[in-house]
Amino acid sequence: MTMNSEILMEQIYSIEPENFALAGEASSSIKKLLKQLGVDSNIVRRAAIASYEAELNQVIHSLGGTITLRVDSKEIRIIAQDVGPGIEDIDLAMQEGYSTASAKARELGFGAGMGLPNIKKCADRLLIDSKVGQGTRIEIVFEL
Amino acid sequence: MKKEYYHSVTLDKKRCKGCTNCIKRCPTEAIRVRDGKAHIINERCIDCGECIRVCPYHAKVAVTDPLSFIHRFKYKIALPAPTLYGQFKNLKNLNKLLVSLKNIGFDDVFEVARGADYVTHFIKEELNRPEREHPLISSACPAIVRLIQVRFPELINNIIPVESPMEVAAQIAKKEFCEKNHVHPDEVGTFFITPCAAKVTSIKNPIGRSKSSVDGAISILDVYGPLVNELRKPDNALTFQKATSFGIGWANSTGESKALGIDNYLAVDGINNVIKVLEEVENGKLTDLDFLEALSCTGGCVGGPLVFENNFVAKNRIKKLVEQVHNEKLSDGEIKTAESSIIWKFEKHVLPKPVMKLDENITVAIQKMELMEKIHKGLPGLDCGSCGSPSCRTLAEDIVRGRASEMDCIFKLREKVKKMAQEMIELAEKIPTRGEGGETSED
Repeated sequence: MTMNSEILMEQIYSIEPENFALAGEASSSIKKLLKQLGVDSNIVRRAAIASYEAELNQVIHSLGGTITLRVDSKEIRIIAQDVGPGIEDIDLAMQEGYSTASAKARELGFGAGMGLPNIKKCADRLLIDSKVGQGTRIEIVFEL
Repeated sequence: MKKEYYHSVTLDKKRCKGCTNCIKRCPTEAIRVRDGKAHIINERCIDCGECIRVCPYHAKVAVTDPLSFIHRFKYKIALPAPTLYGQFKNLKNLNKLLVSLKNIGFDDVFEVARGADYVTHFIKEELNRPEREHPLISSACPAIVRLIQVRFPELINNIIPVESPMEVAAQIAKKEFCEKNHVHPDEVGTFFITPCAAKVTSIKNPIGRSKSSVDGAISILDVYGPLVNELRKPDNALTFQKATSFGIGWANSTGESKALGIDNYLAVDGINNVIKVLEEVENGKLTDLDFLEALSCTGGCVGGPLVFENNFVAKNRIKKLVEQVHNEKLSDGEIKTAESSIIWKFEKHVLPKPVMKLDENITVAIQKMELMEKIHKGLPGLDCGSCGSPSCRTLAEDIVRGRASEMDCIFKLREKVKKMAQEMIELAEKIPTRGEGGETSED
């Protein structure tokens, strides 16, 4: 973790659970902001996709949470923290095609999210911390 | 509130900031900002949902029934709009979606797309009548029918008086369910899963009928989450998907026209585009056109205000999905049974709603018009919206109708303040003083 760079900017977005009319707005704001900062377009694209998935996961699965964007001269860090059921088996959830109640391994999910494996594909580094019955914290890091 | 002016589109006052976005976008100039909050003029609102789309603070909402509402009935039938089919990614099997819909609390599912298959036949019959005004205008979009009532009443006779797929589906669904399960129709509730605020209004306040056959309207946004969760579960053997690709295609703009198989058609979507076309129909420029499909939302119903997915993404999905659907068309027997047992034509005439005219009496109307012109000339012509009316012309009209005053205009107010300030300076120069350092002395 880069503790030695100053945080140049922090923006916190509140995510309302089950509100599909607003779902996607936080990640849309993040995309606009990064574009205005002049961040490399490849990084903007990956950050936008990853934050959208994280946001939708919170809307669909959690009881509410926040998405925090931190930008400094070395990296972009997106922290999605929620209160909710948590993820029981993180390794299992990270397997491509896994879905919590599915009998078939190839169910990719029908909702807007792409799941954790694809967030991992977009990110340079990914940290997941989850406690069943409490909530989940995901840190997605993009190196500038 | 008079039932005649019921609207599903309403304002959440807490979120309203009194900005100018909605007043500028309303196609019937039905919104004003007064005392820092938006107000919808009921007589003019057509429930098109443009204000819902444009409000940056999400203060404009459509009132719909919550999912829990279905439990007021012993038996519940879901009537999904075909727009629902385009809301989910990776959906290869439409039937799975319909089964999931049943699983979230319904006893049966009847596709509105199948209702569209029936309605396609009924419209074909109407098209063959020689006495109809050309172009014939589809009645599929209730916001457009209301737009015509308010702004283009001359074109009411062009509207095809056939009931919507939603109404037809509700009647057939109820009939088939009651026959199969030997229950009384009063115990059965039908619920439209809707992308559209105007459809919600048509259920509570129908056009062409006194009472709708639909018992409630549930927004697609409210079922999206539960459906995403249900879709993950394994398949079962139930089959609900019977509508043809033509019926499902109604969700996209040009879908209805293609289903009808007409060559001489024009499909227009997006309310401002529709307004432009209707102006030309009024001008007699399109009499060589057989059929006009006019939809208020961009892309068609997939662009409704209550959808989850982006309209272009959904349109693309529906297009691909219908390529996989190979159901049989309705049989002659099915059509004949429906024709004789349900209501598929408008029972009541569609009436004009001349809420735009200045006065009942033409002489008074002319006087008001002249006054309007005079006031308008004195306004800055910036159409800024700060007064709460969408344009300077509308403010002039509001003043003449007694709903606003000239000082609502910030620029008129500035002029007046400047004038008053000038007068104050002149007055101050005239008022005599008691001399230098003039503190009132107590000595």
